[in-house]
Amino acid sequence: MPCEVEFEDVTKRFPGAARPALDHVSLKVEAGEFVTVLGTSGCGKTTMIKCVNRLVEPDSGTIRVEGEDVSAADPARLRQHIGYVIQKVGLFPHMTVGENVATVPRVLKWDKERIQARVDELLALVNLDPKEFAGRYPSQLSGGQQQRVGLARALAADPSLLLMDEPFGAIDAINREALQDELLRIHQGSRKTILFVTHDINEALKLGTRVLVMDAGRVQQFDTPKEICEHPATDFVRSLLRSGEFRLRSAYVEPGEGI
Amino acid sequence: MGAYLEFWSEHAEKFLDPLAEHLQIVGVTLLISVALAAVVSVALLRHPRAKGVVLQLLSAVYAIPSLALFAVLIPVTGLGESTAVLVLVAYNQYLLVRNIVTGIDGVDPSVVEAARGMGMSDARILREVQVPLALPLIMAGLRLAVISTIGIATIAATINAGGLGTVLFDGLRTLNSYKIVGGTLECALLAIVANAALRLLESAVTRRVVR
Ligand SMILES: Nc1ncnc2c1ncn2[C@@H]1O[C@H](COP(=O)(O)OP(=O)(O)OP(=O)(O)O)[C@@H](O)[C@H]1O
Ligand SMILES: [Mg+2]
Repeated sequence: MPCEVEFEDVTKRFPGAARPALDHVSLKVEAGEFVTVLGTSGCGKTTMIKCVNRLVEPDSGTIRVEGEDVSAADPARLRQHIGYVIQKVGLFPHMTVGENVATVPRVLKWDKERIQARVDELLALVNLDPKEFAGRYPSQLSGGQQQRVGLARALAADPSLLLMDEPFGAIDAINREALQDELLRIHQGSRKTILFVTHDINEALKLGTRVLVMDAGRVQQFDTPKEICEHPATDFVRSLLRSGEFRLRSAYVEPGEGI
Repeated sequence: MGAYLEFWSEHAEKFLDPLAEHLQIVGVTLLISVALAAVVSVALLRHPRAKGVVLQLLSAVYAIPSLALFAVLIPVTGLGESTAVLVLVAYNQYLLVRNIVTGIDGVDPSVVEAARGMGMSDARILREVQVPLALPLIMAGLRLAVISTIGIATIAATINAGGLGTVLFDGLRTLNSYKIVGGTLECALLAIVANAALRLLESAVTRRVVR
């Protein structure tokens, strides 16, 4: 069941901050879109997606998920139905990989066999052999493997909305590309709505059906990769494009277009 | 040495009854202490701004010499075991609450945020994430509380609460070295055994946490 997300004039200023982390953000993400959120460090990307699952409460404005104002929802129930990959991974160090992945199904009181089957399926999906990894503890994994467990954990209850905060930051280029392709497959197969935060312009252009470019808490441009590349809306977007240019040609290829 | 053994076995009940009383005082004290410390700690987690004041208050209580505290309380609560337990519980609060709160504050915030972000309730996060991860410190606090309770409970004999203190004070009053040495050995053994047992328990629970 696809799920739309709407921001209406959302502003958030953290106490003591000189400027708002989100500055009158308005946008609408259609159901089934894969939106990549791109911007420099501190521009408000994490704050923006945390507003969706109410880990951050905005000072003003409204956020709607599936048309419902999130501020009226019970936060715990809201979050159980929104997949969330946090920027710092945040695996439970005292639980095995399997137990970590099983978190939301356990909260939702699935039965044991169903949880077990789902855990194996998800670990296989993120390229971790369940037989080898399900019983390990997070400290026995590499940084990239931990991030993959974080992804599997977010996907566990098959949420129709996924919030991903730099989920592939610690993964090497080859595995990263494999995971990006896997995520694209998941997206195409399920039409989940995905908000995917990244620093990496090439990743943003490759994955996004639309790219949201932010700077200093404001939306600079929210458009398809093609439009962003061909018609950058602001100087900021232009400079961002220049920064990724030497790799851009390989990352962004129009469907059906040769190099 | 032979004379000591003979005295001890002949008057075994003079050593074993106080030991049983001592264990009872310690047991009751610990049950109440842990329950109260859990309540106080949860309250402090809900109201973090009270943390500094409350911990300072508890540490001030902890710094009062036990005899003085007994003396102050006798006019209020009278002689006997309940006054002793009250004082011992008050002392333990500092050791227990400090370690529980420090332990839980020390849990990686990103882990707690992940738990919250997946829709776990505050109570569930406390139970399944924060407490297990703070367990090494909580157990260390418990061990300190047990050892200190065993020690300070001897002084409870001065207010007629019974326990191993009676053996020691009787021995001192009558200059009976059998009692002095016997009572001292009992106290020391009890503390050593309790310490070892809690260390074992500590490492058993800690092994699950710090992999
Ligand atoms: N809990 C907080 N308290 C105070 N200020 C905060 C808090 N969280 C974020 N900020 C501030 O809000 C701004 C936006 O932060 P945010 O985490 O959203 O940035 P970001 O775009 O995700 O950056 P990065 O790419 O480095 O993760 C920053 O200036 C940051 O310092
Ligand atoms: Mg961030």
